[in-house]
Amino acid sequence: MLPLKEKDKPVVQKLLSAGCCARCVLRFCCVSVQAAYRKPHQETLKELQAFIGNTENGKSQDPVAADSTEENNKSHDATVPEPADDPPSKRAKLELSGTEAPSEGDAAEQKLTEEPSVCVVCLGILQELCGTTQAVKIAEKVKAEKYEFETLVLSVSLPAQLCVREHSCWLHVKKELREKSMAVDKDDVVQVKEAFKWVLQGLVAKEIGGVAVVARSLFEISVGFTHKETDADCHFLATACADCFRPTKNKQSVFTRMAVVKALEKISDTKFLTHFACPPAKPTSSCSSQDVQCLHQCVFVAGRYNKYSRSLPQTPWVIDGERRMESSVEELIAESVLSSFRSEGFNFSSSGREDVDVRTLGTGRPFAMELLNPHRCNLSRAEMKLLQETINNSSDKIKVRDLQIVSREAMGKMKEGEEDKTKSYTALIWTLKPIQSDDIAFINDIKDLTLDQKTPLRVLHRRALAVRPRVVHSMKTRFLDSHHFYLEMRTQAGTYIKEFVHGDFGRTKPNLCELLNTDTDILELDVESVDVDWPPSIPE
Amino acid sequence: MDCLEQKDTEATAPSVIDRYYTRWYRADMKGNPCEDHCILQHSNRLCVITLAETHPILQDGRSIKSINYQISDGCSRLNNKVSGKSKRGGQFVTDFAPLCRITCTDETEYTIYSCIRGRLLEVNESILKTPSLLLKKPFTDGYIAVILPKFDESKTITENLLSREEFESIVSKRSVAESPPS
Repeated sequence: MLPLKEKDKPVVQKLLSAGCCARCVLRFCCVSVQAAYRKPHQETLKELQAFIGNTENGKSQDPVAADSTEENNKSHDATVPEPADDPPSKRAKLELSGTEAPSEGDAAEQKLTEEPSVCVVCLGILQELCGTTQAVKIAEKVKAEKYEFETLVLSVSLPAQLCVREHSCWLHVKKELREKSMAVDKDDVVQVKEAFKWVLQGLVAKEIGGVAVVARSLFEISVGFTHKETDADCHFLATACADCFRPTKNKQSVFTRMAVVKALEKISDTKFLTHFACPPAKPTSSCSSQDVQCLHQCVFVAGRYNKYSRSLPQTPWVIDGERRMESSVEELIAESVLSSFRSEGFNFSSSGREDVDVRTLGTGRPFAMELLNPHRCNLSRAEMKLLQETINNSSDKIKVRDLQIVSREAMGKMKEGEEDKTKSYTALIWTLKPIQSDDIAFINDIKDLTLDQKTPLRVLHRRALAVRPRVVHSMKTRFLDSHHFYLEMRTQAGTYIKEFVHGDFGRTKPNLCELLNTDTDILELDVESVDVDWPPSIPE
Repeated sequence: MDCLEQKDTEATAPSVIDRYYTRWYRADMKGNPCEDHCILQHSNRLCVITLAETHPILQDGRSIKSINYQISDGCSRLNNKVSGKSKRGGQFVTDFAPLCRITCTDETEYTIYSCIRGRLLEVNESILKTPSLLLKKPFTDGYIAVILPKFDESKTITENLLSREEFESIVSKRSVAESPPS
């Protein structure tokens, strides 16, 4: 049985004769029982017709329609010169009797078996576009993309003129609706979008098989509709509510759904009615569906990397649109990761970064990747281990360990420790003055040396100018020859090591030149450890 | 760290300047003979203004009496402040904007100019405390100022400047003219 009451009858009657489809009638009657929408719409239409036929005369809707048509004709005729008055009204009567004649007999039966015309409000969205055929089409597209997912959610984008038509229809039955219940407002009408999803979501899930519909699913299927024929429906709003439609660079049309809704809130009923038919005019075709888009939420992968090359940047190095250096750490890692997760793109981040000519040794530097629209997302421990091996076999310039899937929240831990954690380095130092082992031994005793480090000239073009205190916790020297020694350092993260060694025009103080009282320069630098305890290590 | 083959250390003394910077010059600044300026342009477009090795201040064992960044009653380069990544608030200087005046102990005074258009990021306050830096390390710790050219002018800004070769050829002609015919 339809969840409708006696009071709904005038509304149902008015909507059906205006050319509304069965599901739109349910919407305007504020029926929120999802099951009512899931029945085939032709069946619901039959029930609705029976419902209004029960009490009143079964053909009562026809005289109503005839009346209004006659009225229309008369008002039209009024503008026509006198002599023409008679013949048109006669013709109108003839036509009317022509259509009325069969309906006296078995027309009621015939009407129901006929393909119902396209709904004036939803433009077919809640009719054929909301049925099994459509569900099969969507399911096939999704299957072709070979995503792995356990749940899905459907999203739908509708042409903006649907709002205009909805508004017109609302004005058409507002009086009757308000009589039915004091509380009814436009917001109480069930939205086309909601009704569409109630019907189609389940059908699509059934066609795909083995998946559940969940409101906050990681996997989203988007379907969109357009309706060229009625695109112009919105246009009068541009002049009636000019301030709602400001052209923007990125939008193809100013008639966005948001703008149209805003304009409809502003416009007065009388103004609306002078510009737009009420009820809306009948369309000849239904909406056409656009491409089905699938989107799986991002997956995050983390690990630690070593970099063994002094000619490999961390990220692609591009100057004036031209590529410098042929590869990068992130690209070497991403290649295999993207193909394993069948992901469309990625964002790479890490706990700090090293210069192109610096190696990262030891247990490596923590990094994380956000994988965009992955078609696979649940790789097992074993598969992740295999992926790690694939990366490590693909290049001898880098090595990855502790590769694992992490949550978005866990990624924050990597950035947390960036400034207050420590890092260890080994630098190869050159001195201008010849040195002996004893000359540099005093450096081993220096503990927690605080540097005042002005933003290095090397990065001043992209960082704010500031003096930053940075602590060198400890240093150890290894004498090499009269002009060279190795300097091992443990420092606060964020210390610029190269500038500490050469002094950066005296902008890092104290610096190694001052300590040794001679010019010093850095020839090689290695990161020995990045002391961030994330991501957790994975035992071999 | 095992690939060390730096036998001839003295010959290949590394240089921070050569590694990151290109040297540009202005000779005879504002028509004053030998008042040459050097502009070190970093590969990131930032410029460091220094004296050129031929500048009179660096000749004849001169010593410095004072350095003054107060270039007029109303303007001191020491008041220059920049904030944020975009370096808001820095004084904008053009080719011939004075940066500071340097007085030597023999009372000769020289004005150092910015040489290029751009935003003044900082002046070197260390040379106020230790003027000898200017003489001992004129191209590094004894720099005068740091200027950031506009992004779209960073390539054209050096068009008015002399390359190292051009500058050296000017200097060599100078010494030919000066040296008395023997």
